[in-house]
Amino acid sequence: MNESHQTALSTWLLAMADDQLILAHRNSEWIGHGPILEEDIALANIAQDELGHARLLYELYAALTGDDPDKLVFFRETAVYRSTQFVEYPKGDWAFTMLRQYLFDAAEMVLLTQLVDSTYQPLAQAAAKMRNEELYHYRHSSAWLKRLGLGTAESNQRTQTALDTLWPLAQQLFVPLPAAEFLTTDGVIPPATVWQEAWEQVVRPFLHNCDLAIPTAAAPPTADRAIHSPYLAPLLAEMQEVARFDPEATW
Amino acid sequence: MVKMAHIWQALNEVADPEIPVVSLVEMGIVRDVRLDEQANAVTVVITPTFSGCPALHVMRQDIETRLHTLGFSHVTVETTLHPPWSSDWISEEARVKLKTFGLAPPPRHGGRLEVTFFAPTACPYCNSTDTRVKNEFGPTLCRAIYYCHACQQPFEQFKAL
Repeated sequence: MNESHQTALSTWLLAMADDQLILAHRNSEWIGHGPILEEDIALANIAQDELGHARLLYELYAALTGDDPDKLVFFRETAVYRSTQFVEYPKGDWAFTMLRQYLFDAAEMVLLTQLVDSTYQPLAQAAAKMRNEELYHYRHSSAWLKRLGLGTAESNQRTQTALDTLWPLAQQLFVPLPAAEFLTTDGVIPPATVWQEAWEQVVRPFLHNCDLAIPTAAAPPTADRAIHSPYLAPLLAEMQEVARFDPEATW
Repeated sequence: MVKMAHIWQALNEVADPEIPVVSLVEMGIVRDVRLDEQANAVTVVITPTFSGCPALHVMRQDIETRLHTLGFSHVTVETTLHPPWSSDWISEEARVKLKTFGLAPPPRHGGRLEVTFFAPTACPYCNSTDTRVKNEFGPTLCRAIYYCHACQQPFEQFKAL
């Protein structure tokens, strides 16, 4: 792999890893606050799985750049994070959290299915590893979406309100990253349009069957992953607080 | 000279940190052992069960500690993701031990995880299949929570993967 391809791949891996990490952290905010004990446990598990996926992706990134995954997570400034605003938004109510998880799970599931055939072996192997875990997530969040969408007038309304906010934000997941064409031509990653189409084929009919209306306006707030929502900095401040307090500490 | 069989035997004594009744070998976590007799070094290849499993570094330490007692000067533990760990690899002996530990063993799926979502799960205490899943997520990443209507006991299942 030549240098420009390597840079394109590390850029892409960092973006994917950051999304997993930030969403995992957001979901972990429900620990101790879930609506029922079972959900508290379920969401903690899902967050831990996503954290595991983030670690695998950071390790692939680190193998290319020589960085230390722990340092990337705990000592990187807000401006150099590459997460989407979709995962940065506060956890909101239960409908917001579950809908975001559903949209993300569907995106991750279709992406991993495509990445299993990546020409970059380490990525193909990591995708195969993550895919079965993702099946559990998708089952869980899609069952909740059915419950919320078809439940009561209030649960449907709350989920619809969440969808109105999250649908445009979710589009940012599929904005092609710089120099990604190097990777798509070589079959390292699928083209963003292919990923997005596969996602829409899953989520559009599903949301419709949950009595939810997909908003027509769907422009992401920004196409640039360097531009963050105001919510990322406070999240990182909390997540990095202990590590920054004592950088030499070991477990 | 330490033979390969001794190394595997020693590894079979290294317990799973979260389920101490079974070994890392029985769980299918140890994938390969490479011996370099000249350098008195051994390399063990392991694979994680669930990718977010926090027990991985404990497994690594436990393997190193155990193999150092065999007299190796260098013990290296490598991880691999390929092929991805499958709960189908859990040995028959380990499945019996899981039951005595109160964990229902995972149903076999032959690579199609989806089929396990509809498999009846027998209670590890009374063997009844009159059971119901209460939560597909449990106290660790690899466990789901069930309830047995026959003996009215909650129990956990080692999740299929």
